[in-house]
Amino acid sequence: MTGEASDALHDPATTDIRGRRDQLAAEEGTPVIEALENYTLTINGRDREVEGAWIGESLLYVLRERLGLPGSKNACEQGECGSCSLMLDSVLVASCCVLAADAVGSQVRTVEGLSSEGELTDVQRAFVEQGAVQCGFCIPGMIVAMHDLLDRRPDADELALREAISGNLCRCTGYGRIFAAFQAVKEERARAST
Amino acid sequence: MKVAHPRTLDEALEALQRMPDAQLLAGGTDFVVEVNFGHRRPPAVVGLRRVAELQGWRREDGELVLGAGLTFTEIETELAEELPALAAAARTVGSPQMRNAGTLGGNLGTASPAGDSLPVLAALDATVVLASRAGNRTLPMAEFITGVKRTALAQGEIIREVRVPRLRGPQQFLKVGTRNAMVISIACAALVLDLDGRTVRCGLGSVAPTPLRATEAEAFIAGEIDWDGPHTSAVAVTRFGELAAAAASPITDHRSTADYRRRAVQVITTRALQRSLA
Repeated sequence: MTGEASDALHDPATTDIRGRRDQLAAEEGTPVIEALENYTLTINGRDREVEGAWIGESLLYVLRERLGLPGSKNACEQGECGSCSLMLDSVLVASCCVLAADAVGSQVRTVEGLSSEGELTDVQRAFVEQGAVQCGFCIPGMIVAMHDLLDRRPDADELALREAISGNLCRCTGYGRIFAAFQAVKEERARAST
Repeated sequence: MKVAHPRTLDEALEALQRMPDAQLLAGGTDFVVEVNFGHRRPPAVVGLRRVAELQGWRREDGELVLGAGLTFTEIETELAEELPALAAAARTVGSPQMRNAGTLGGNLGTASPAGDSLPVLAALDATVVLASRAGNRTLPMAEFITGVKRTALAQGEIIREVRVPRLRGPQQFLKVGTRNAMVISIACAALVLDLDGRTVRCGLGSVAPTPLRATEAEAFIAGEIDWDGPHTSAVAVTRFGELAAAAASPITDHRSTADYRRRAVQVITTRALQRSLA
């Protein structure tokens, strides 16, 4: 983790936020420019206000530190580990590489929004039943990526899964139980559709 | 603190004129990481992912026009037949998450020596179209990328599209790294055979400050190929790989050594040529 860098990043003294407020006000009338001390993100179907944010904050940071949505995990902050995976306008992305202020107007779906009313999705249930969760840190991203694959390619095989989660690193499981969970979901969905 | 969300190229250029110090943002896979690590502190950002003119690709006369906002996922799925080497390169970029976000224009704008699309674009003799309030200007790859992470993009300009010729003939891309997925290139090579023009173009990546063309190797092998096959002698194939390796000027860094990179270029260019011949 990059505690030191991140402290510096979010220290208001190192940013231009306040000094630019007046300048910004003078530029009113430009349709494409928005003041971003406050902005609205649409997350799991709900509008969420983000207040006092700095322009350089990633979507992952805003979700976790400003909006109380810690399901997306923060590990590498450079798009290498997949633990922050979520859906941005129905596309699987790493939220550490998305500028939160650039996600205004987009539909964000996080792992918290995969199911409603506290129910587990079939993928989440299969992970539990197959013992695919050990320390659990990578699992939210893994689950989002697996749902994405099954939504796009319901007939995906294990090779497709291996490619689909090639950017979701797990240091505990060795992936075997994760593949087993995948098979279990596919079998369950096949049974349900007949 | 400002960010612009333009939906048209005109709006984007206007925003850039109002905020000349703004950073252009495409997929975010390079720039946002730099911000995360405190290496960059943008005073303003112009987000380009909604700009209509940058989306998609089209055929136009003898060319393919690739929008700067084309993602690697779109390249690998939609252009596998038209541009097989570029599609192969796109498949090797990062993870699915990175390929869903990262764009061709972003790869060009970052201009990393390890940018996977760049040696392919060099081998295709691609041109880069830059838009500004004054109009468009078009640069060949060799003039657009001027150094390590340096480009000819001027203030007020946006990468609009990339143009590549539609060619008949094999196109190959090979990359060396520590694994198949999620890997930054140690060395990579693109080989394009133009069966109608009877030329060979060989682009090299990660072995010099900018993508290279192995011009001596290209000229040599074009003269050795029997274009009705196309085929050539084993001796000529070997010599081609040696000349391509000689064109590289790699460095030793945390990812590999200069010697290994040069040897890797010889192996992958030889292999690319073998795969391209009957």
